[in-house]
Amino acid sequence: MSKLNLSRRGLLKAGAATGVALGAPLHFVKGAYAQDQMSCNMPTGSDVVFGFNVPQSGPYADEGADELRAYQMAVEILNGEGDASAISSFSGASNLKGNGVLGKKVTYVTGDTQTKSDAARASAQKMIEDGGAIMITGGSSSGVAIAVQSLCQERGVIFMAALTHSNDTTGKDKKRYGFRHFFNAYMSGEALGSVLAEEYGKERTAYHLTADYTWGWTQEESIKNATEKQGWKTAQAVRTPLGAGDFSQYITPVLNSGADVLILNHYGKDMVNSLTQAVQFGLREKQVNGKDFQVVVPLFSELMAQGAGSAIKGILGTANWDWKLDNAGTKAFTQAFGKKYGQPPSQAAQTAFAQTILYADACERAGTFYAPEVIAALEGYEHDGLGNGPTLYRADDHQCFKDVLVVQGKDDPKDKFDLLEIRKIVARDQVTYDPSIFGGDLGPADAKQC
Amino acid sequence: MDAFLLQLLNGLDKGGAYALIALGLTLVFGTLGVVNFAHGALFMLGAFCAVVFNRLLNIETVTIDETQTTPWGTPMEIREPYVQSMLGDFGAFLVDYSVPISIIIAIPIMLLIGVIMERGLIRHFYNRPHADQILVTFGLAIVIQEIIKHFFGANPIPQGAPDAVNGSANIGAMLGLEGFISYPWWRLIYFLFSLLCIGGVFAFLQFTTYGMVVRAGMRDRETVGLLGIDIEKRFTVVFGIAAVVAGLAGVMYTPILPPDYHMGMDFLVLSFVVVVVGGMGSLAGAVLAGFLLGILQSFASMTEVKSILPGIDQIIIYLVAVAILLILPRGLMGRKGVMED
Repeated sequence: MSKLNLSRRGLLKAGAATGVALGAPLHFVKGAYAQDQMSCNMPTGSDVVFGFNVPQSGPYADEGADELRAYQMAVEILNGEGDASAISSFSGASNLKGNGVLGKKVTYVTGDTQTKSDAARASAQKMIEDGGAIMITGGSSSGVAIAVQSLCQERGVIFMAALTHSNDTTGKDKKRYGFRHFFNAYMSGEALGSVLAEEYGKERTAYHLTADYTWGWTQEESIKNATEKQGWKTAQAVRTPLGAGDFSQYITPVLNSGADVLILNHYGKDMVNSLTQAVQFGLREKQVNGKDFQVVVPLFSELMAQGAGSAIKGILGTANWDWKLDNAGTKAFTQAFGKKYGQPPSQAAQTAFAQTILYADACERAGTFYAPEVIAALEGYEHDGLGNGPTLYRADDHQCFKDVLVVQGKDDPKDKFDLLEIRKIVARDQVTYDPSIFGGDLGPADAKQC
Repeated sequence: MDAFLLQLLNGLDKGGAYALIALGLTLVFGTLGVVNFAHGALFMLGAFCAVVFNRLLNIETVTIDETQTTPWGTPMEIREPYVQSMLGDFGAFLVDYSVPISIIIAIPIMLLIGVIMERGLIRHFYNRPHADQILVTFGLAIVIQEIIKHFFGANPIPQGAPDAVNGSANIGAMLGLEGFISYPWWRLIYFLFSLLCIGGVFAFLQFTTYGMVVRAGMRDRETVGLLGIDIEKRFTVVFGIAAVVAGLAGVMYTPILPPDYHMGMDFLVLSFVVVVVGGMGSLAGAVLAGFLLGILQSFASMTEVKSILPGIDQIIIYLVAVAILLILPRGLMGRKGVMED
């Protein structure tokens, strides 16, 4: 019978060798532990599918079309088929090698939100179930964003929201699986409040007309708080039905209300119509309390500004981004987009593009498509070079914090893409707030099978 | 007093638009017996006549200037308005007055569209149930909308009123009232225009032989046919006239509401309520109900009213419609036997 001679030194050597042998493959295959874990629609073949859920019909179809242009451009860049100079200044550019995401070619499916919550949920569901989408992104309304975000939380699919400005999206309705790059109503209020006081003085009385849905309510609350902090008074806040068309019956009471500022908490078509009609009613030529009457539109959309025509001249508002910004990220993206499509990108396109790039970058950094780890990679992620300056994806509420632009309708625009001028860039610190003020609960990051 | 007067004007103005659309709807229903859900699309097509005319006037010559570049590095396109540079002051006048001038273009175009619509599609549905008529005309409306969206996009396209009437009128001074009460000139013009159109349609039906035959046909189509009159042809013309009225309402509405592909649908439901409240097939009823509901909607939006009944502005029309139909089931001026078979 042979005897096993095991010295202490030999045991240590054997142990170390075994450890290296077992550990090495896992060290070289990053995220290999995670690969064993599966979340909804993780790719098994050579492709990974993104779901672009944008308004292709309905009142925001033009914004949806611009988002889709940006998504297609982002996919081409990720696959190494597009103009990679667009992301040349992005701080995470080195993670994106032009070979898809984690070596898998990016393909996509599209859906039509119709800017209706139920239709948007149905199309997102279809993209997840039939299209195999691992991530959903897009939209041009807070109602839609909140509905789709809630579905994505249920299904365990990450939702990278595009154009949504309600505080609720990353406030009371925030979700672990939902992320917003776009700014929100609170930030608009904080950025605009001080500029309004500088421009129009502190002795002002405002009258609000507000679109009667989630975005309108939070926009009204935020701008009201911000202006009252500056010493303004609020004469009245009137809710108007979404898509009212003719706002004359809501504008005429403003004339005799004693207010000297009209704040239009309207977006899109409502903004076009209410602003056009307010100007027709001669509000901007009016003098009240010895001051020139002013009209303010807290959230601008450059595509909709085209609809308002000359009525937009001189009107102050805020924007998430503008193609005329003087920074490397903006120039790179605008040049690539302009060369490809012959027009500058809208802020809807920019946020859509940034969200796709940020998701791909998070997967690369996490080394996996496994949703809980991608979420962890996005949470608290500080980045730069996508056009908005230094930006933080705050872990507490999944809201991006970056500079906010105060913009004004140009008096003498060169063309239809040159309607707004940047009046002020309000620093990120000034618009940052305590996440607890809006409540809500992110919920669990548990992976789900679908 | 000021607030009351302004809301009354708003109501008359809004009522003018409702009445014009409802007038065409009820005219088609009264003559052809067809419930035309594509009528809103005709209103929208009229508005796009103004858009097209304006675009034609603003056609630009494009030259590439290699010495200048766009912010994205491609050569700059230099655009020059062709008509204005060719016609000088007259070109500038045409552009300024493009909305009222486009009425001249809209009349033949809308007449043609109306006749083609009636001859090409709707006449095949005369003897089909109302549900079939609603489905086919609603489908047609969606097709027209999508065609417009394809060519013009989904965003509203602003159309300015002529500079001379772009501002507000001091109606306080006009009426000898104290204080400065202003109301947009164009809205006053729209109200007068709607009265003119309504008056024109009534005069046509009331004072011309052609109109008399149409009215006779509305009462008893068979007898008129037995008298050797080709009533079908006249009804086709009536459909064309209804299309023209809706189209003109759309043209003149463009400075008030920047047109988009969906504007017809926004008015359609309200116009149907107007027709039903006025009485199916009753022209005078449609006009009366149009103004009545427009005024009620405006007054319901007054702050004083909304503070007592929040949200009343959004449901007033339907509440009144229910109340009127409960008391007068045929509507305000409805005739016996219409849609009762």
